Amino acid sequence: MKVGDIVHLIDGQVIEGEQYLDREIDRIFASDLMSDVLTIDTDEKLMLLTGLANNQSMRTCEMSDIKNVVFVRGKRITEEMLEIARDNEMVLIQTEYSMYRTAGILYMNELPPVY
Amino acid sequence: MNFEYKVEGGDFTNAGSTSSIVKKMMKQLGVHPDIVKRTVVALYEAEVNIVAHANRGVIYVDLDENKVHIKLEDEGKGIPDIDQAMQKGYSTASPEVREMGFGAGMGLPNIKSNTDELKISSVVGKGTTVEITNYFNK
Repeated sequence: MKVGDIVHLIDGQVIEGEQYLDREIDRIFASDLMSDVLTIDTDEKLMLLTGLANNQSMRTCEMSDIKNVVFVRGKRITEEMLEIARDNEMVLIQTEYSMYRTAGILYMNELPPVY
Repeated sequence: MNFEYKVEGGDFTNAGSTSSIVKKMMKQLGVHPDIVKRTVVALYEAEVNIVAHANRGVIYVDLDENKVHIKLEDEGKGIPDIDQAMQKGYSTASPEVREMGFGAGMGLPNIKSNTDELKISSVVGKGTTVEITNYFNK
C-alpha cells in the first residue's frame, strides 16, 4: 500500500516529505519504546507507528534506516525533528487517532506486522 | 581516519548526533548498508548510554577501509556488575530516560548483537569504556 493511501485511511496529515507519498509500505511496527525499534530488521517498505515524538525517536529511525513514520495521538513535531527527517528522506505523518485505532485500521487493511 | 567527539551526560537533545555523523561518513566511504546499520545502531545505543548514565564522555572513531573501531570512554558512576548489565531486561535507568524511549534493559545486549567485537570495562565511581569493532569484509 502507498504511503498516501495510509494517510487517507488514518485521517493523517503529512508534516514532512510530500514527495514520498508514492512509497510502497509492506510491514508495520508500532512502539513507543525505541529500544525495541532498534532491534528489528528494517527496509524502505517498513512504517513505524509511535506516540514518542522527540529527537530520540527521530535519531532511532535515522540509525535504523526507517523512512516512514506516523505519530499517533496528535503529538507535536518540533523543528529539530523536521530537520532530521529532511536530512534522511523521511516522510512524517501525524494523526489524532490513538495507537490502537491507527494500528487496527492498518491491520484491517492487510498491512502485516514485522512479527 | 581518526575522529573524536564529546558527549554531555543528560543532554538528550543532542544524543545521537555523533552516531549521525559516523553514519554519514561510513555511507560516503561506500561501506555496505547492512554493516553501516549494525555499527550505528550499536554506537547510538552506546552514545545514549553515556547521556543516560554518565556525566560526560568522549567517542573516538577510527575508520579505515577494512573496519571501524569505536571507543566510548565516559566519566560517571560505572557498572558494578557487567554480566548483570548484559542481561536482557536489566536496567538502572531513571524515569526521565524511560520517557525518552530507552531504559528497558535492551541496550547492551543489542550492542553485542550488532558488533563483531565488543569490550566493556568499568571502574565503579570512575567510568565505563566500551569498545566496538565491526569488519567490512567478512
